[in-house]
Amino acid sequence: MSVLVLADIAASGVALATRQAVSAAQHWGQPVDLLVLGGTDAAAHAQIAGVRRVLHADAPQLAQPVAEEVARLLNGLAGDYAVILAAHGSLARNALPRVAALRDVGMVSEAVGLLGPNSYQRPIYAGNLLATVDNRPGLQILTVRASRFEAAALDGQAECAAIAAPAADGRSRLTGQKTAGGERPELGSARVVVSGGRSLGSAERFHACLTPLADRLGAAIGATRAAVDSGYAPNEWQVGQTGTVVAPDLYIAVGLSGALQHTAGIKDSRVIVAINQDPEAPIMQLADYSLVADIFDAVPELVRHLQTEATA
Amino acid sequence: MRIIVSIKRVVDHNVQVRPRSDGSDVDTSGVRMVINPFDENALEEAVRLRERGIASEVVVVSFGDATVQESLRQAIALGANRAIWGQAPAALDQLAVAKLLRHVAQREEASLVMLGKQAIDEDAGQTAQMLAALLDWPQAVAVSELAVDGDTLYVTREVDGGSESLEIRLPAVVSADLRLNAPRFVKLPDLMKAKRQTIETLDCAALGIDLSPRLQRARVETPPPRPAGQRVGSVAELIAKLRNDAQVIA
Ligand SMILES: Cc1cc2nc3c(=O)[nH]c(=O)nc-3n(C[C@H](O)[C@H](O)[C@H](O)COP(=O)(O)OP(=O)(O)OC[C@H]3O[C@@H](n4cnc5c(N)ncnc54)[C@H](O)[C@@H]3O)c2cc1C
Ligand SMILES: Nc1ncnc2c1ncn2[C@@H]1O[C@H](COP(=O)(O)O)[C@@H](O)[C@H]1O
Repeated sequence: MSVLVLADIAASGVALATRQAVSAAQHWGQPVDLLVLGGTDAAAHAQIAGVRRVLHADAPQLAQPVAEEVARLLNGLAGDYAVILAAHGSLARNALPRVAALRDVGMVSEAVGLLGPNSYQRPIYAGNLLATVDNRPGLQILTVRASRFEAAALDGQAECAAIAAPAADGRSRLTGQKTAGGERPELGSARVVVSGGRSLGSAERFHACLTPLADRLGAAIGATRAAVDSGYAPNEWQVGQTGTVVAPDLYIAVGLSGALQHTAGIKDSRVIVAINQDPEAPIMQLADYSLVADIFDAVPELVRHLQTEATA
Repeated sequence: MRIIVSIKRVVDHNVQVRPRSDGSDVDTSGVRMVINPFDENALEEAVRLRERGIASEVVVVSFGDATVQESLRQAIALGANRAIWGQAPAALDQLAVAKLLRHVAQREEASLVMLGKQAIDEDAGQTAQMLAALLDWPQAVAVSELAVDGDTLYVTREVDGGSESLEIRLPAVVSADLRLNAPRFVKLPDLMKAKRQTIETLDCAALGIDLSPRLQRARVETPPPRPAGQRVGSVAELIAKLRNDAQVIA
């Protein structure tokens, strides 16, 4: 038996999370196959080290697939595999529970630790607690928090095989997509993230304050739910329990309190900086470096320092 | 059109939960319990659909011990027409809940089942998708906008890095994101009225459904804390630390 990894859909090349999921898949010590969908570059995926075979299902309905199509495809392949896993991104969150139900097995969401053949560690209660969960032996279906695993190298040479996709069923149809796009690194895999909270006060001030700092550091921009709900930042910038989980080298929390639901998404950051006028705010206890200051003074000053030193 | 809304009773999000002293599970004794926030969004949307004449009836269901009846009464006060308490054996995992919901959806001849996108206790985010698969219905997960026209649902759902719009044929399963709506607050007179309404009891163990858990919680612990941080006195000091000690900026 072997392990099947569902690759994230990448506009070009290979998503970092896919390489991380492939590393996680080595845990079982069995051959690892990789399923890529639609127009995704199968040859690029064949270079991921530790992959035996790339299965490429290229059908029009799989270019931007709905969960129903992905689940039917995976259900058809499941009989050949002991484990089906993927990074905990929206594709897998959408499709893998469907596969689990079709196979009458349980699913483990967002494992952060792989302990045995069917034993996992995963955060619960917004990361407040860590649970060890045993899944029943038999087919294992799971998503992993990709940032917890080293990315597999790109010096492999897997074979590629085209596989047929079941016909589209048509009861669910994708009619549009909106992406943040732009020049910024992707929030989930950025090396530096600058996040703002409610205290920014308006969309204009959010951008005026944070964009120069993010530009200077080549950072992605994140936000709290309070900032998103107030319309200062788009939905997809929300970091936390119900937004994106980030794990950058540097996370700068600007004028946010550090509610549990927010910090659930940042605890894997290597270094956390907090700037807040309230020395008692929970984020100030969590941070590696905390600065008690008014953000509207401190952030521009930070940008000025970084600029003058860069040009000096 | 009849809508089923499933609600889970969970620990309030403001409560800092701890493991039991033997590490076997989460200590939930004496803590404040509430309707899972995402389920409030699902309920609100269903009630609005009924208020606009699109849905004929909103039925809420919750699986658990006797205490879930309190949440069901609150759901009635918030606008549900009637409630079903699925009296369940101790622990149900997501697959078991999905199987029970399938039973209820079929019995009630529902056209739409609405759930939360995730329960904030276990953060699994699976039940809606599992239910959709078991019913062989289409699904829309993490929905932030929803409109119904005849037997078609038009939804916007939140995905990594943006959003998607989907057109889905009913019957279907939808899971609600927090941004779907702003749930109304419960009014005291409505809560008093809901106290008098009867709640149907469904004996889950007697349905002949395999509810044995696939997932079992072996241990619960507090994650290792991050090392204590330090306070810096100025922006210049912060930059020096980031550059020289942490080496995260050039
Ligand atoms: C089910 C559920 C899920 C949730 N999921 C998420 C999630 O995924 N992500 C998330 O972020 N939240 C989430 N939340 C919301 C979360 O509980 C908090 O409400 C939210 O994170 C608070 O945002 P904030 O820190 O921006 O605002 P606040 O808590 O209001 O904090 C503002 C901070 O700014 C500081 N401040 C104000 N002015 C200044 C100034 N001039 N200079 C310096 N500092 C200043 C204040 O001292 C304060 O600490 C969720 C909530 C629920 C119920
Ligand atoms: N015991 C339960 N009773 C009723 N609904 C539930 C129960 N458990 C989960 N759900 C529903 O399933 C959704 C997703 O839960 P989960 O998949 O556990 O994250 C919740 O928001 C509820 O709507």
